[in-house]
Amino acid sequence: MRDIHVSAITDAVKKLCMEANWSLEPDMLRAFDRALATERSPAGKQVLTILKENAELARTRRIPYCQDTGMVVCFVELGQDVHITGGGLVDAIDAGVSQGYREGYLRASIVRSPFDRVNTGDNTPAVIHVDVVPGAALHVMLMAKGGGCENRSKYRMLTPAEGVDGVKDFIIECVRTAGPDACPPLVLGVGVGGTFEKCAILSKRALFRELGTPNPDPTLDALEKELLERANRLGIGPQGYGGDTTALGIHILTYPCHITSLPVAVTIECHAHRHKEVTL
Amino acid sequence: MSVTTAADGIKDIRTPLSDADVEALAAGDRVRITGVIYTARDAAHGRLFPLIEKGERLPLDVKGAIIYYTGPSPARPGDVIGSVGPTTASRMDKFTPALLALGLKGTIGKGYRGPAVKDALREHKAVYFGAIGGAGAVLSRHVKRVDIVAYEDLGTEAIRRLEVEGFPAIVLNDCRGGDLYQDGQKPYAREGA
Repeated sequence: MRDIHVSAITDAVKKLCMEANWSLEPDMLRAFDRALATERSPAGKQVLTILKENAELARTRRIPYCQDTGMVVCFVELGQDVHITGGGLVDAIDAGVSQGYREGYLRASIVRSPFDRVNTGDNTPAVIHVDVVPGAALHVMLMAKGGGCENRSKYRMLTPAEGVDGVKDFIIECVRTAGPDACPPLVLGVGVGGTFEKCAILSKRALFRELGTPNPDPTLDALEKELLERANRLGIGPQGYGGDTTALGIHILTYPCHITSLPVAVTIECHAHRHKEVTL
Repeated sequence: MSVTTAADGIKDIRTPLSDADVEALAAGDRVRITGVIYTARDAAHGRLFPLIEKGERLPLDVKGAIIYYTGPSPARPGDVIGSVGPTTASRMDKFTPALLALGLKGTIGKGYRGPAVKDALREHKAVYFGAIGGAGAVLSRHVKRVDIVAYEDLGTEAIRRLEVEGFPAIVLNDCRGGDLYQDGQKPYAREGA
Protein backbone atom coordinates (compact mmCIF):
# COMPACT_ATOMS: atom_id res chain seq x y z
CA MET A 1 0.00 0.00 0.00
CA ARG A 2 1.31 3.46 -0.85
CA ASP A 3 -0.09 6.56 0.82
CA ILE A 4 -0.73 9.69 -1.20
CA HIS A 5 -1.97 12.70 0.73
CA VAL A 6 -4.65 14.90 -0.90
CA SER A 7 -2.40 17.95 -0.58
CA ALA A 8 0.01 16.39 -3.10
CA ILE A 9 -2.89 15.85 -5.50
CA THR A 10 -4.25 19.40 -5.05
CA ASP A 11 -0.81 20.89 -5.55
CA ALA A 12 -0.15 18.84 -8.69
CA VAL A 13 -3.52 19.71 -10.21
CA LYS A 14 -3.06 23.41 -9.44
CA LYS A 15 0.25 23.44 -11.33
CA LEU A 16 -1.22 21.46 -14.25
CA CYS A 17 -4.06 23.99 -14.63
CA MET A 18 -1.70 26.95 -14.79
CA GLU A 19 0.89 25.26 -17.01
CA ALA A 20 -1.73 23.93 -19.40
CA ASN A 21 -3.12 27.42 -19.95
CA TRP A 22 0.20 29.24 -20.21
CA SER A 23 2.44 26.79 -22.06
CA LEU A 24 0.99 25.12 -25.10
CA GLU A 25 2.28 21.54 -25.34
CA PRO A 26 5.36 20.98 -27.55
CA ASP A 27 3.39 18.53 -29.70
CA MET A 28 1.06 21.37 -30.73
CA LEU A 29 3.94 23.74 -31.51
CA ARG A 30 5.57 21.05 -33.67
CA ALA A 31 2.23 20.60 -35.44
CA PHE A 32 2.14 24.34 -36.23
CA ASP A 33 5.62 24.07 -37.76
CA ARG A 34 4.65 21.04 -39.86
CA ALA A 35 1.58 22.95 -41.06
CA LEU A 36 3.61 26.04 -41.98
CA ALA A 37 5.72 23.87 -44.27
CA THR A 38 2.68 22.58 -46.21
CA GLU A 39 0.12 25.42 -46.02
CA ARG A 40 -0.38 27.10 -49.40
CA SER A 41 -2.70 29.93 -48.31
CA PRO A 42 -1.01 33.22 -47.34
CA ALA A 43 -3.85 34.00 -44.91
CA GLY A 44 -3.45 30.53 -43.43
CA LYS A 45 0.31 30.96 -43.01
CA GLN A 46 -0.27 34.30 -41.35
CA VAL A 47 -2.70 32.80 -38.84
CA LEU A 48 -0.32 29.95 -38.00
CA THR A 49 2.54 32.41 -37.48
CA ILE A 50 0.40 34.53 -35.15
CA LEU A 51 -0.63 31.45 -33.18
CA LYS A 52 3.03 30.54 -32.64
CA GLU A 53 3.70 34.11 -31.51
CA ASN A 54 0.68 33.87 -29.22
CA ALA A 55 2.04 30.69 -27.65
CA GLU A 56 5.41 32.30 -26.99
CA LEU A 57 3.84 35.43 -25.49
CA ALA A 58 1.54 33.38 -23.26
CA ARG A 59 4.42 31.21 -22.05
CA THR A 60 6.81 34.04 -21.26
CA ARG A 61 4.23 36.35 -19.66
CA ARG A 62 2.39 33.51 -17.91
CA ILE A 63 -0.98 34.62 -19.27
CA PRO A 64 -3.58 32.37 -20.89
CA TYR A 65 -2.98 31.39 -24.51
CA CYS A 66 -6.74 31.79 -25.01
CA GLN A 67 -9.13 33.75 -22.78
CA ASP A 68 -11.43 30.72 -22.70
CA THR A 69 -9.41 28.81 -20.12
CA GLY A 70 -11.93 26.03 -20.48
CA MET A 71 -13.66 23.47 -18.34
CA VAL A 72 -11.18 21.09 -16.71
CA VAL A 73 -11.47 17.46 -17.80
CA CYS A 74 -9.36 14.97 -15.81
CA PHE A 75 -8.65 11.35 -16.56
CA VAL A 76 -7.23 9.72 -13.44
CA GLU A 77 -5.56 6.33 -13.36
CA LEU A 78 -5.67 5.35 -9.73
CA GLY A 79 -3.38 2.46 -8.83
CA GLN A 80 -5.05 -0.28 -6.82
CA ASP A 81 -2.25 -0.10 -4.24
CA VAL A 82 -2.65 3.63 -3.67
CA HIS A 83 -4.25 4.73 -0.44
CA ILE A 84 -5.46 8.34 -0.57
CA THR A 85 -5.23 10.05 2.80
CA GLY A 86 -6.44 13.33 4.25
CA GLY A 87 -9.65 13.67 2.27
CA GLY A 88 -11.48 12.75 -0.91
CA LEU A 89 -9.89 12.39 -4.36
CA VAL A 90 -12.58 14.43 -6.16
CA ASP A 91 -12.44 17.23 -3.55
CA ALA A 92 -8.65 17.29 -3.84
CA ILE A 93 -8.82 17.68 -7.62
CA ASP A 94 -11.47 20.39 -7.42
CA ALA A 95 -9.39 22.24 -4.79
CA GLY A 96 -6.46 22.13 -7.20
CA VAL A 97 -8.61 23.55 -10.00
CA SER A 98 -9.97 26.29 -7.72
CA GLN A 99 -6.49 27.33 -6.58
CA GLY A 100 -4.95 27.06 -10.03
CA TYR A 101 -7.62 29.17 -11.67
CA ARG A 102 -7.59 31.84 -8.94
CA GLU A 103 -3.83 32.11 -8.45
CA GLY A 104 -3.12 31.76 -12.18
CA TYR A 105 -5.50 34.60 -13.16
CA LEU A 106 -7.41 32.15 -15.31
CA ARG A 107 -11.04 32.72 -16.24
CA ALA A 108 -13.90 31.38 -14.16
CA SER A 109 -16.09 29.92 -16.89
CA ILE A 110 -18.29 27.38 -15.09
CA VAL A 111 -21.93 27.86 -14.03
CA ARG A 112 -23.37 25.79 -11.18
CA SER A 113 -26.46 24.79 -13.15
CA PRO A 114 -27.16 24.66 -16.87
CA PHE A 115 -30.50 26.27 -16.02
CA ASP A 116 -29.85 29.13 -13.58
CA ARG A 117 -26.34 29.78 -14.98
CA VAL A 118 -24.83 31.33 -11.85
CA ASN A 119 -21.03 31.32 -12.12
CA THR A 120 -19.23 29.17 -9.53
CA GLY A 121 -16.45 31.79 -9.36
CA ASP A 122 -13.47 29.43 -9.41
CA ASN A 123 -13.95 27.25 -12.48
CA THR A 124 -15.01 24.25 -10.43
CA PRO A 125 -16.15 21.56 -10.60
CA ALA A 126 -14.01 19.61 -13.01
CA VAL A 127 -15.27 16.67 -15.03
CA ILE A 128 -13.38 13.70 -13.65
CA HIS A 129 -13.10 10.17 -15.05
CA VAL A 130 -11.37 7.69 -12.72
CA ASP A 131 -10.08 4.30 -13.79
CA VAL A 132 -8.69 1.89 -11.24
CA VAL A 133 -5.58 0.19 -12.60
CA PRO A 134 -2.92 -2.17 -11.25
CA GLY A 135 0.04 -0.63 -9.45
CA ALA A 136 0.92 2.00 -6.89
CA ALA A 137 0.91 5.21 -8.89
CA LEU A 138 -1.64 7.98 -9.37
CA HIS A 139 -1.55 9.28 -12.94
CA VAL A 140 -3.48 12.48 -13.69
CA MET A 141 -4.17 13.62 -17.26
CA LEU A 142 -5.66 17.11 -17.31
CA MET A 143 -7.18 19.05 -20.17
CA ALA A 144 -8.46 22.64 -20.25
CA LYS A 145 -11.30 22.09 -22.71
CA GLY A 146 -12.54 25.17 -24.52
CA GLY A 147 -16.28 25.74 -24.85
CA GLY A 148 -16.46 27.00 -28.44
CA CYS A 149 -14.99 23.88 -29.98
CA GLU A 150 -16.77 21.65 -27.48
CA ASN A 151 -20.07 23.10 -28.74
CA ARG A 152 -19.31 21.68 -32.19
CA SER A 153 -18.75 18.13 -30.93
CA LYS A 154 -21.21 15.61 -32.33
CA TYR A 155 -22.55 12.13 -31.73
CA ARG A 156 -24.36 9.56 -33.84
CA MET A 157 -25.67 6.03 -33.28
CA LEU A 158 -24.94 4.56 -36.70
CA THR A 159 -26.16 1.13 -37.81
CA PRO A 160 -23.71 -1.69 -38.47
CA ALA A 161 -24.79 -1.55 -42.13
CA GLU A 162 -23.48 2.03 -42.40
CA GLY A 163 -20.10 0.60 -41.52
CA VAL A 164 -16.69 2.19 -41.71
CA ASP A 165 -17.76 4.41 -44.62
CA GLY A 166 -20.59 5.77 -42.48
CA VAL A 167 -18.11 6.45 -39.68
CA LYS A 168 -15.71 8.22 -42.03
CA ASP A 169 -18.41 10.36 -43.64
CA PHE A 170 -19.78 11.36 -40.24
CA ILE A 171 -16.33 12.44 -39.01
CA ILE A 172 -15.72 14.57 -42.11
CA GLU A 173 -19.19 16.08 -41.82
CA CYS A 174 -18.32 17.08 -38.23
CA VAL A 175 -15.23 18.93 -39.43
CA ARG A 176 -17.23 20.66 -42.14
CA THR A 177 -19.98 21.84 -39.81
CA ALA A 178 -17.51 22.86 -37.10
CA GLY A 179 -15.91 25.29 -39.55
CA PRO A 180 -14.48 28.57 -38.27
CA ASP A 181 -16.65 28.54 -35.14
CA ALA A 182 -14.47 25.89 -33.53
CA CYS A 183 -11.20 27.78 -34.23
CA PRO A 184 -9.36 25.65 -36.77
CA PRO A 185 -6.81 24.20 -37.06
CA LEU A 186 -8.64 21.50 -35.15
CA VAL A 187 -7.75 18.28 -33.40
CA LEU A 188 -10.41 15.57 -33.33
CA GLY A 189 -10.87 12.94 -30.66
CA VAL A 190 -13.07 10.11 -31.93
CA GLY A 191 -14.70 7.27 -30.06
CA VAL A 192 -16.18 4.33 -31.98
CA GLY A 193 -18.04 1.53 -30.23
CA GLY A 194 -18.93 0.95 -26.60
CA THR A 195 -22.26 2.12 -25.23
CA PHE A 196 -23.60 5.66 -25.61
CA GLU A 197 -21.63 7.18 -22.71
CA LYS A 198 -18.53 5.01 -23.16
CA CYS A 199 -18.19 6.17 -26.75
CA ALA A 200 -18.23 9.84 -25.75
CA ILE A 201 -15.63 9.28 -23.03
CA LEU A 202 -13.37 7.52 -25.56
CA SER A 203 -13.56 10.56 -27.81
CA LYS A 204 -12.15 12.73 -24.99
CA ARG A 205 -9.53 10.18 -23.93
CA ALA A 206 -8.30 9.97 -27.52
CA LEU A 207 -7.16 13.60 -27.34
CA PHE A 208 -4.40 12.80 -24.87
CA ARG A 209 -2.24 10.91 -27.33
CA GLU A 210 0.74 13.02 -28.39
CA LEU A 211 -0.11 14.82 -31.64
CA GLY A 212 1.98 13.53 -34.52
CA THR A 213 2.46 10.03 -33.11
CA PRO A 214 0.88 7.04 -34.83
CA ASN A 215 -2.08 5.10 -33.49
CA PRO A 216 -0.65 1.86 -32.07
CA ASP A 217 -3.30 -0.09 -34.02
CA PRO A 218 -2.18 -0.14 -37.70
CA THR A 219 -5.75 -0.30 -39.06
CA LEU A 220 -6.81 2.70 -37.00
CA ASP A 221 -3.58 4.50 -37.90
CA ALA A 222 -4.35 4.14 -41.60
CA LEU A 223 -7.91 5.33 -40.99
CA GLU A 224 -6.69 8.38 -39.05
CA LYS A 225 -4.28 9.37 -41.81
CA GLU A 226 -6.91 8.95 -44.50
CA LEU A 227 -9.41 11.06 -42.56
CA LEU A 228 -6.87 13.81 -41.86
CA GLU A 229 -6.08 14.03 -45.57
CA ARG A 230 -9.79 14.17 -46.41
CA ALA A 231 -10.49 16.80 -43.75
CA ASN A 232 -7.78 19.03 -45.14
CA ARG A 233 -9.35 18.85 -48.61
CA LEU A 234 -12.33 20.80 -47.29
CA GLY A 235 -10.34 24.01 -47.77
CA ILE A 236 -11.58 25.59 -44.53
CA GLY A 237 -8.05 26.38 -43.33
CA PRO A 238 -6.72 28.17 -40.24
CA GLN A 239 -9.56 30.24 -38.71
CA GLY A 240 -11.72 29.32 -41.72
CA TYR A 241 -10.06 31.97 -43.89
CA GLY A 242 -9.28 29.27 -46.46
CA GLY A 243 -6.32 26.91 -46.67
CA ASP A 244 -4.95 23.39 -46.37
CA THR A 245 -4.68 23.15 -42.60
CA THR A 246 -8.14 22.56 -41.25
CA ALA A 247 -7.14 19.74 -38.90
CA LEU A 248 -3.81 18.81 -37.34
CA GLY A 249 -4.76 15.36 -36.13
CA ILE A 250 -7.60 12.88 -35.81
CA HIS A 251 -7.22 10.31 -33.01
CA ILE A 252 -9.50 7.28 -32.78
CA LEU A 253 -10.17 4.94 -29.87
CA THR A 254 -12.49 1.95 -30.11
CA TYR A 255 -14.24 -0.39 -27.69
CA PRO A 256 -16.29 -3.53 -28.15
CA CYS A 257 -19.96 -2.81 -28.78
CA HIS A 258 -23.36 -4.45 -29.11
CA ILE A 259 -24.17 -6.46 -32.26
CA THR A 260 -26.83 -3.87 -33.08
CA SER A 261 -24.72 -0.76 -32.55
CA LEU A 262 -22.12 1.42 -34.21
CA PRO A 263 -21.85 4.51 -31.97
CA VAL A 264 -19.52 7.31 -33.09
CA ALA A 265 -18.60 10.30 -30.95
CA VAL A 266 -16.47 13.20 -32.19
CA THR A 267 -15.00 15.67 -29.70
CA ILE A 268 -13.85 18.77 -31.51
CA GLU A 269 -10.75 20.35 -29.99
CA CYS A 270 -9.25 23.63 -31.22
CA HIS A 271 -5.66 24.75 -31.64
CA ALA A 272 -5.66 25.77 -27.95
CA HIS A 273 -5.02 22.11 -27.32
CA ARG A 274 -4.06 22.32 -23.66
CA HIS A 275 -3.24 19.04 -22.00
CA LYS A 276 -0.72 18.14 -19.31
CA GLU A 277 0.01 15.03 -17.26
CA VAL A 278 1.65 14.12 -14.01
CA THR A 279 2.35 10.87 -12.15
CA LEU A 280 2.36 10.87 -8.37
CA MET B 1 -13.15 59.76 -43.07
CA SER B 2 -11.92 57.31 -40.47
CA VAL B 3 -10.56 54.62 -42.81
CA THR B 4 -7.13 55.14 -44.37
CA THR B 5 -4.94 52.67 -46.20
CA ALA B 6 -1.40 52.44 -44.81
CA ALA B 7 1.75 51.78 -46.84
CA ASP B 8 1.60 48.08 -45.89
CA GLY B 9 -1.87 47.76 -47.44
CA ILE B 10 -3.63 47.38 -44.11
CA LYS B 11 -6.53 49.77 -43.48
CA ASP B 12 -6.30 51.87 -40.34
CA ILE B 13 -9.70 52.53 -38.77
CA ARG B 14 -10.62 55.06 -36.09
CA THR B 15 -13.87 54.76 -34.15
CA PRO B 16 -16.65 55.88 -34.34
CA LEU B 17 -17.56 54.73 -37.86
CA SER B 18 -19.82 56.45 -40.40
CA ASP B 19 -21.70 54.94 -43.34
CA ALA B 20 -18.91 56.17 -45.63
CA ASP B 21 -16.32 54.40 -43.48
CA VAL B 22 -18.28 51.14 -43.69
CA GLU B 23 -18.63 51.48 -47.46
CA ALA B 24 -14.85 51.81 -47.75
CA LEU B 25 -14.37 48.33 -46.29
CA ALA B 26 -14.52 45.10 -48.30
CA ALA B 27 -14.51 41.46 -47.24
CA GLY B 28 -10.92 40.33 -46.94
CA ASP B 29 -9.53 43.73 -45.93
CA ARG B 30 -7.01 43.51 -43.11
CA VAL B 31 -7.58 46.31 -40.60
CA ARG B 32 -6.07 47.91 -37.51
CA ILE B 33 -8.72 49.41 -35.20
CA THR B 34 -7.88 52.37 -32.95
CA GLY B 35 -10.28 54.08 -30.57
CA VAL B 36 -13.06 52.72 -28.40
CA ILE B 37 -14.73 49.32 -28.73
CA TYR B 38 -17.26 47.78 -26.34
CA THR B 39 -17.24 44.18 -25.16
CA ALA B 40 -20.48 42.25 -24.90
CA ARG B 41 -21.38 38.61 -25.35
CA ASP B 42 -24.24 36.25 -24.53
CA ALA B 43 -25.41 37.47 -21.11
CA ALA B 44 -25.01 41.20 -21.82
CA HIS B 45 -26.89 40.90 -25.10
CA GLY B 46 -29.58 39.03 -23.21
CA ARG B 47 -30.00 42.07 -20.96
CA LEU B 48 -29.82 44.64 -23.76
CA PHE B 49 -32.45 42.97 -25.90
CA PRO B 50 -35.49 43.62 -23.66
CA LEU B 51 -34.38 47.26 -23.35
CA ILE B 52 -34.24 47.56 -27.13
CA GLU B 53 -37.65 45.92 -27.51
CA LYS B 54 -39.17 48.35 -25.01
CA GLY B 55 -37.41 51.32 -26.63
CA GLU B 56 -35.52 52.07 -23.41
CA ARG B 57 -32.11 53.70 -23.12
CA LEU B 58 -29.10 51.39 -23.40
CA PRO B 59 -26.10 51.65 -21.05
CA LEU B 60 -23.87 52.36 -24.06
CA ASP B 61 -24.23 54.62 -27.12
CA VAL B 62 -24.19 52.24 -30.07
CA LYS B 63 -24.28 54.91 -32.84
CA GLY B 64 -21.13 54.45 -34.89
CA ALA B 65 -19.79 51.97 -32.35
CA ILE B 66 -18.10 48.59 -32.59
CA ILE B 67 -19.00 45.70 -30.26
CA TYR B 68 -16.37 43.02 -29.60
CA TYR B 69 -17.71 39.60 -28.62
CA THR B 70 -15.32 38.60 -25.87
CA GLY B 71 -15.07 37.56 -22.21
CA PRO B 72 -11.54 38.37 -21.07
CA SER B 73 -9.58 36.38 -18.50
CA PRO B 74 -8.67 38.35 -15.34
CA ALA B 75 -5.78 40.82 -15.62
CA ARG B 76 -2.55 40.04 -13.79
CA PRO B 77 -1.73 42.85 -11.29
CA GLY B 78 -0.16 45.63 -13.34
CA ASP B 79 -1.70 44.48 -16.62
CA VAL B 80 -4.50 46.38 -18.34
CA ILE B 81 -6.43 43.26 -19.32
CA GLY B 82 -6.05 39.48 -19.42
CA SER B 83 -6.24 37.42 -22.59
CA VAL B 84 -8.98 38.76 -24.81
CA GLY B 85 -9.70 36.80 -27.98
CA PRO B 86 -13.08 36.60 -29.77
CA THR B 87 -15.96 34.29 -29.00
CA THR B 88 -18.32 32.71 -31.57
CA ALA B 89 -20.50 35.46 -33.09
CA SER B 90 -23.44 33.34 -34.21
CA ARG B 91 -24.68 33.02 -30.63
CA MET B 92 -25.37 36.78 -30.77
CA ASP B 93 -27.13 36.60 -34.17
CA LYS B 94 -30.57 36.86 -32.56
CA PHE B 95 -29.71 40.29 -31.10
CA THR B 96 -27.57 41.83 -33.81
CA PRO B 97 -30.07 43.12 -36.41
CA ALA B 98 -31.81 45.21 -33.72
CA LEU B 99 -28.50 46.76 -32.62
CA LEU B 100 -27.56 47.47 -36.23
CA ALA B 101 -30.91 49.21 -36.68
CA LEU B 102 -29.96 51.48 -33.76
CA GLY B 103 -26.74 52.51 -35.50
CA LEU B 104 -24.13 49.92 -34.43
CA LYS B 105 -21.54 49.94 -37.23
CA GLY B 106 -19.33 46.97 -36.47
CA THR B 107 -19.04 43.72 -34.59
CA ILE B 108 -15.87 41.73 -33.98
CA GLY B 109 -16.02 37.97 -33.41
CA LYS B 110 -15.34 34.71 -35.18
CA GLY B 111 -17.35 32.19 -37.15
CA TYR B 112 -20.19 32.31 -39.63
CA ARG B 113 -23.09 34.73 -39.22
CA GLY B 114 -26.60 33.85 -40.33
CA PRO B 115 -28.55 35.31 -43.28
CA ALA B 116 -30.60 37.75 -41.11
CA VAL B 117 -27.41 39.36 -39.83
CA LYS B 118 -25.86 39.54 -43.30
CA ASP B 119 -29.03 41.17 -44.63
CA ALA B 120 -28.99 43.65 -41.74
CA LEU B 121 -25.34 44.54 -42.48
CA ARG B 122 -26.46 45.49 -45.99
CA GLU B 123 -29.61 47.32 -44.90
CA HIS B 124 -28.04 49.37 -42.09
CA LYS B 125 -24.51 49.67 -43.55
CA ALA B 126 -22.36 47.85 -41.04
CA VAL B 127 -19.49 45.41 -41.10
CA TYR B 128 -18.51 42.17 -39.32
CA PHE B 129 -14.84 41.85 -38.44
CA GLY B 130 -12.98 38.69 -37.47
CA ALA B 131 -10.26 38.57 -34.84
CA ILE B 132 -8.11 35.44 -34.59
CA GLY B 133 -9.78 32.97 -32.25
CA GLY B 134 -7.45 31.74 -29.54
CA ALA B 135 -4.89 34.50 -30.02
CA GLY B 136 -5.93 35.99 -26.70
CA ALA B 137 -2.46 36.90 -25.49
CA VAL B 138 -1.37 38.67 -28.66
CA LEU B 139 -4.65 40.61 -28.89
CA SER B 140 -4.36 41.81 -25.28
CA ARG B 141 -1.31 43.88 -26.22
CA HIS B 142 -3.54 46.23 -28.22
CA VAL B 143 -5.81 47.14 -25.29
CA LYS B 144 -4.59 50.27 -23.52
CA ARG B 145 -7.41 50.95 -21.09
CA VAL B 146 -10.41 49.09 -19.68
CA ASP B 147 -13.47 50.47 -17.91
CA ILE B 148 -16.57 48.54 -16.90
CA VAL B 149 -19.59 50.28 -18.40
CA ALA B 150 -22.44 48.02 -17.29
CA TYR B 151 -23.41 44.70 -15.74
CA GLU B 152 -20.35 44.34 -13.51
CA ASP B 153 -22.08 41.40 -11.82
CA LEU B 154 -21.61 39.41 -15.02
CA GLY B 155 -17.86 39.25 -14.38
CA THR B 156 -16.14 38.30 -17.61
CA GLU B 157 -19.42 38.95 -19.51
CA ALA B 158 -19.78 42.58 -18.30
CA ILE B 159 -19.95 45.36 -20.90
CA ARG B 160 -16.47 46.89 -20.94
CA ARG B 161 -15.22 49.96 -22.76
CA LEU B 162 -11.82 49.18 -24.26
CA GLU B 163 -9.42 51.78 -25.63
CA VAL B 164 -7.52 49.95 -28.34
CA GLU B 165 -4.56 50.79 -30.57
CA GLY B 166 -3.95 49.00 -33.84
CA PHE B 167 -6.22 46.09 -32.87
CA PRO B 168 -5.76 43.63 -35.76
CA ALA B 169 -8.81 42.20 -37.50
CA ILE B 170 -10.06 41.19 -40.93
CA VAL B 171 -13.33 42.09 -42.67
CA LEU B 172 -15.40 38.90 -42.80
CA ASN B 173 -18.70 40.35 -44.05
CA ASP B 174 -18.97 43.79 -45.64
CA CYS B 175 -22.10 45.88 -46.34
CA ARG B 176 -22.39 44.63 -49.94
CA GLY B 177 -22.74 40.89 -49.26
CA GLY B 178 -19.02 40.16 -49.52
CA ASP B 179 -18.02 37.09 -47.46
CA LEU B 180 -14.39 36.19 -46.75
CA TYR B 181 -15.21 32.70 -45.52
CA GLN B 182 -16.86 31.83 -48.85
CA ASP B 183 -14.29 33.61 -51.03
CA GLY B 184 -11.35 32.36 -48.99
CA GLN B 185 -12.26 28.70 -48.72
CA LYS B 186 -13.35 28.05 -52.33
CA PRO B 187 -9.86 28.12 -53.87
CA TYR B 188 -8.60 25.55 -51.36
CA ALA B 189 -11.51 23.09 -51.44
CA ARG B 190 -10.39 19.94 -53.27
CA GLU B 191 -12.19 16.83 -54.50
CA GLY B 192 -12.24 13.83 -52.23
CA ALA B 193 -13.00 15.50 -48.90
